[in-house]
Amino acid sequence: MNQSQRKGLSEFFLESLVRIAGFSTVGFVILIFLYLLQQGVPAFVRVSPANLFGKSWYPTLNSFGTLPLILGSILVTLTAMIIAVPLGVATAVFVREIAPNWAREILKPMIEVLAGIPSVLLGFFGMLLLSPVIYRLGAPTGLTAFTGALLLAYMSLPTIISVAEDALDAVPKSYRDAGLAMGATQWQTVWRVVVPAARSGIITAIMLGLGRAIGETMAVMMVTGNAARMPLTPNSLFSPARTMTATIAAEMGEVARGSTHYHVLFGIAIILFVLTFLINLTAAQSLFQKRRKGGLR
Amino acid sequence: MLLSIAALVVVVPILVVIATIVVRGLAAISWEFLFGMPRDGMKAGGIFPAIVGTILLVLGTAVAAIPIGVGGAIYLSEYARDNAFTRSIRLAIVNLAGIPSVVYGLFGLGMFVLFLRFGTSILAGALTLAIMTLPIVISTSEEALLSVPTEFRTVSASLGGTRWQGISRIVLPQALPGIITGVILGLLRAAGETAPILFTVAAFYLPRLPRSVFDQTMALPYHLYVISTQVPGMPLSIQYGTALVLLVLVLSLNLTATLIRSYYRRRRQW
Amino acid sequence: MVSQVRITDGPKVQIQQVGYTYDAKSVLRDVTLDVPPNSVTVFLGPAGSGKSTLLRLINRLNDLVDGTQLTGRILLDGEDIYAPGVDIASLRRRVGMVFALPLPLPGTVRENITYGPRLAGERSHAVLEGTVERSLGQAALWDEVKDRLDAPATSLSGGQQQRLCIARSLALEPEVLLLDEPTSGLDPISTAKVEESLFVLKSQYTIVIVPHSIQQAARVADQAAFFLMGELIEYRPGDQLFTAPRDRRTEDYITGRFG
Repeated sequence: MNQSQRKGLSEFFLESLVRIAGFSTVGFVILIFLYLLQQGVPAFVRVSPANLFGKSWYPTLNSFGTLPLILGSILVTLTAMIIAVPLGVATAVFVREIAPNWAREILKPMIEVLAGIPSVLLGFFGMLLLSPVIYRLGAPTGLTAFTGALLLAYMSLPTIISVAEDALDAVPKSYRDAGLAMGATQWQTVWRVVVPAARSGIITAIMLGLGRAIGETMAVMMVTGNAARMPLTPNSLFSPARTMTATIAAEMGEVARGSTHYHVLFGIAIILFVLTFLINLTAAQSLFQKRRKGGLR
Repeated sequence: MLLSIAALVVVVPILVVIATIVVRGLAAISWEFLFGMPRDGMKAGGIFPAIVGTILLVLGTAVAAIPIGVGGAIYLSEYARDNAFTRSIRLAIVNLAGIPSVVYGLFGLGMFVLFLRFGTSILAGALTLAIMTLPIVISTSEEALLSVPTEFRTVSASLGGTRWQGISRIVLPQALPGIITGVILGLLRAAGETAPILFTVAAFYLPRLPRSVFDQTMALPYHLYVISTQVPGMPLSIQYGTALVLLVLVLSLNLTATLIRSYYRRRRQW
Repeated sequence: MVSQVRITDGPKVQIQQVGYTYDAKSVLRDVTLDVPPNSVTVFLGPAGSGKSTLLRLINRLNDLVDGTQLTGRILLDGEDIYAPGVDIASLRRRVGMVFALPLPLPGTVRENITYGPRLAGERSHAVLEGTVERSLGQAALWDEVKDRLDAPATSLSGGQQQRLCIARSLALEPEVLLLDEPTSGLDPISTAKVEESLFVLKSQYTIVIVPHSIQQAARVADQAAFFLMGELIEYRPGDQLFTAPRDRRTEDYITGRFG
């Protein structure tokens, strides 16, 4: 084998290696999903749908109604989004369009710091310092869905802010110039020209934040009180609730492997997997369109 | 103006959280706390094993996630064509990034602890964390590679360089700061996560250092969780102290990544 | 790296009935011409005429682009460069290329020059140093940078960077040098220096250049080929093409009736 043939062979080898590395991601997703299915399907077999989608979650009494958990997740997540979306979009607009440079230099690192704060740390803070405040504000206890939603909102903020910022960044300068040239103030230009132009990117940001919120475990587990009740009245917001994620985390350690309870927890995991899959899939579609082509093909 | 209020509402609580933990946790920090073994069911003594455990887990995650992550990024940036295969990889990455951490914990339990019989071990925990960190590493590394101007590759080819020579001699070195930043951010996440290690490695009261990769270990995030929720009578100072150590670890990783990024951005030759 | 001096009687590069499509659009149609050795051949024509594309076919740089199709043959010293099994890296060392914009690689001046030879396996420090001096001299850059060999290449001026790129290609001692509008970003003085070096270089190398302007073409061409919309319209010795073009379209282009 001459030198160039040898080089060709090692190039081929290296290319195969990186190709395998790339494809491993697909492998992992499939593997995870299959495993969840394998462990979760028995739940759907052993437990009747009426039970599974019932209103009471008392696994020790064979009552596997997941509705309180699903609704609990929805309540906490939705509330978190209601808080986080306006806050996040407004902050993104502020940072990108209006803030003076010195403010930007402070804000961006701070948001990155927030992104790095572990869930358990925020949960700890929420538990010891936030929930007493909520309690003093009149809630029956400090550990409520609202407390969880508040924490969740802050955890989703970095995602929402940075993706929204990218979307605003992508709006061509000519749009802003055109707006100002027509006599609009900066404020009007931003809200009537730039933000609508970045609309799809902002929606992507919201979806990704939503995906993050649904999947959050520790912080909510530590502050929502973990009572699997049906959150049907407005009061429920200020009462304890339980999310799907917290349920899995809290109970997995105690179940017997192979028991029905065990399988139902996996079933809940399947629901989570599918939910986040769908949300991220939708968000990803618009993200992909912005990909640059680099390298040599 | 209105918008600046939004920004303040976002930023001020961050500062409050950090400040509170620092102020209340500082009291607990001592040589013994950081380097001593826990005593008395964790109510006294130090958290050294938890610190060591977290460091070991982060190292393990790095070893597993970096080769696959950077390798995958190289594939996507330098070799992949725009076809169904590539799109499926990108879809998978977005997916992996979105999977809730507790689901990773379940998977780790089933795959590494049970099926592969690693048992509750550092190995199982690190592998679980590695898969969780993979999408972050791939995404940021790919971005770093793509940001290197195409022209360099063209020039290398025109000088008789093979594709891999161009990658290894020019593209990769130029992308390295960005890759390192991304890896650090990913490891930062791995260091702070609790749910993936809940069922795969974490032990609560283990007053000794782990003996091998097949051994269980304490870890900071799990430790904080347990002492603040499961142990009655746990002194507040120890709780805040543990929180502070975790905070410092995470913030210093954050700071390192930021510094690396800004230093190399200034020195860039393109 | 031992320089192989080939004494060929025939043309250095032969382009035979070459057609090229990109994304199903025809970019070149039935182009046939021979490039004589040790001379400057100019590819002339308006934008979109295919002249730069043809240039890149000669060192197979077009291989890096998807969705293309090539018909016909291109021969280097009588051998088909697109034959299966051809060592492309080695081809590109024999046929060097300089691009329109100065594109220094990250690193020092010295590193830029030695990049190619090191890729080819050259390890000897002495040889590499000699290569640095020789190629910088050939590019008329040695005097200006000899004290700055370890400075970053980006610290040189635009004109110097472009001559550095020429030196970089020359470091591999190619047989053919392709230049794609090499002076388009340069000031007149740097342009003059580059053109001057071409006169010296052609005694050793075969040069094919897509000029920046018609005037530049007239200044440097030994042979000139005029392209229009992918077709070769006229190919004659330089002085003849510019003073007495045979085709009406050539004349129109040269006199500036269209650009």
